[in-house]
Amino acid sequence: MSIKDNSEAIFSESPGKIALRTLRKDKRSIISLSILGFIIAISLLAPIYAHFVAHTKPFVSSLDATTTIGGKVVPVLEASTTGLGLGVTPIGPTWNPSSYFLGADGQGRDVMARLLYGGRNTLLIGTSAGIICIFLALLIGVIAGYRKGWIDAILSRLLDVIWAFPVYLLAISLSVVLLTSGLTIGFIHLGPGSFALPILIIGVVYIPYVARPIRAQVLSLREREFVRAAVGIGAKDSTIIFREILPNIIPSVLVFIPIIVALCMLTESALSFLSIGVQPPQASWGTIINDGLALLYTRPWVGIAPGLLIVLTAASLNLYGDAVRDALDPKTRSRGDA
Amino acid sequence: MSEVILSLRGLSKNYELGSSFSRGKDVVHAVEDVNLEITEGETLGIVGESGCGKSTLGRMIVRLEEPTRGEILFEGHDLAKEPKKKLRALRKRFQMIFQDPYASLNPRRQIGQIVEEPLRVHGIPKAERRVIAHDLLKRVGLDENAYEKYPHEFSGGQRQRVVIARALALNPRLVVADEPVSALDVSIQAQVLNLFKDLQKEFGLTYVFIAHDLGVVRHVSDRIAVMYLGKIVELAPADELYEHPSHPYSKALLSANPRMGADDKRERIILKGDIPNPINRPTGCSFNPRCPKAAEICRTTEPALLTIGNRQVACHFPE
Repeated sequence: MSIKDNSEAIFSESPGKIALRTLRKDKRSIISLSILGFIIAISLLAPIYAHFVAHTKPFVSSLDATTTIGGKVVPVLEASTTGLGLGVTPIGPTWNPSSYFLGADGQGRDVMARLLYGGRNTLLIGTSAGIICIFLALLIGVIAGYRKGWIDAILSRLLDVIWAFPVYLLAISLSVVLLTSGLTIGFIHLGPGSFALPILIIGVVYIPYVARPIRAQVLSLREREFVRAAVGIGAKDSTIIFREILPNIIPSVLVFIPIIVALCMLTESALSFLSIGVQPPQASWGTIINDGLALLYTRPWVGIAPGLLIVLTAASLNLYGDAVRDALDPKTRSRGDA
Repeated sequence: MSEVILSLRGLSKNYELGSSFSRGKDVVHAVEDVNLEITEGETLGIVGESGCGKSTLGRMIVRLEEPTRGEILFEGHDLAKEPKKKLRALRKRFQMIFQDPYASLNPRRQIGQIVEEPLRVHGIPKAERRVIAHDLLKRVGLDENAYEKYPHEFSGGQRQRVVIARALALNPRLVVADEPVSALDVSIQAQVLNLFKDLQKEFGLTYVFIAHDLGVVRHVSDRIAVMYLGKIVELAPADELYEHPSHPYSKALLSANPRMGADDKRERIILKGDIPNPINRPTGCSFNPRCPKAAEICRTTEPALLTIGNRQVACHFPE
């Protein structure tokens, strides 16, 4: 510890406060939080947009709806004029927020309104799954790392079982089975259409990815001298876990949150794209991409718009995760400064 | 003054190597059959090379390490056999000070919280804790405003003062200090050692002081135990040990200690080879492969720790 260190810290600050101050100044966190804030805000405003701006019901198919473009009334779904004249082509983007901003999908529904509603679902499922995953992983990781011995052996092997499956394969298998039958745990029954199912499935498949590093960290922390010292003063196990170990685990958990939420969101979109996530008529960014798949050549925006939002959200979350990590880890930070 | 407060009887620690499937193949005898009596108010120094088991012995005394065999008699309790819950309550009577002041303070807690933690664990009310903590910080020579600071704002010597304050918070009788100054700058070492001495008078403490630096041990100890491969080979009053070491190992160890001044004409004894592997310890006297005086008996028969005058030596040919 050099003299310089002491002179810098004129005011006593906890390591957490120092990290927060660094994070506030970090451009990456400002940019990523603005983007995320914007996406969350417009998703939350989805009902207002649908009711008061676009005047549309985004969950009802309206095959014979019409809209006005440049004073002319046009049908939303036009009969195909090429080839055999079979099928319909939905209206393309009007770039007019009050009617079919991004055009319509194959059932004549406003894509923009569905995109906003879909964002709500994707963000809700991604965030909830991420939080459930991190909470369970923290529980398992801390218990396994602190207890060691046979408890650790059992918990670690359980994690290995989940770890052994490729994430998407496991999520797809679980979704296919549970979405048709629903899930009954004790007296709680989750119906086939419930959002709780994808949340739970996605949360569980990522547990090993968080629990293992946490377990490893607890294993090394419990041998540190300040933990030995806590044993030496006669502290109970619960005291040691909550007052000595957890405060030192929290930084890595904070780094995991944005990254795992981004992963969960991507998984949700993938499952919904494969129609084993969010069920129609509900929308998610994944289901809208699936809708856009059939219209890819004629109305590419149906697929591109949700795709862009997914990329933007995931990239922002990862960028924010990087900023959090650098703020919390003084070693990489000083290397960056030098 | 002469009341025995801690006595160790046949204290041993073995480590079994290998995974849980192949356990019991190789056994490291880290500490073997240590018998010691420590009287109230004295400082017992323990010296030896790295790996001789002195830290393991220290950690066993405060039960941070489970002994394999033997008794730790302290205030009428055998600490080696006390159940976990009872042991927690007894812990306020004996405390440990660790070697590395950078690792022994939780980086996320304020100094005040760290010093108060032992009091909190033993159920002392908050207002009282604050008063005691402020008083302790003052007594170990730290500023009033240290209370609200974090460990990263302190130097090694200051941190070790915090560690000492925490150890004294519960008003213990016995303090085991495991190389408490070896991580500090030489200029700071003397200050911290003097603090140890002052606090001993003030609180009536008994110390077990573990170190590998012989100068440090001599400065603080009343008696010194020399350990080699998990065993005590010599136990003598500090000055006598330094003037006339009796065991050949003690002699070699002391001759390695540099002295100030140009009049250093002592013969330096350089030991051959390394400390033997504690898995396959030599037969007979464990020092025999490196001993300049080794004879046939040393290779076959292990010498017992015998009392000669006011010292104890485990050697067939003591000086």
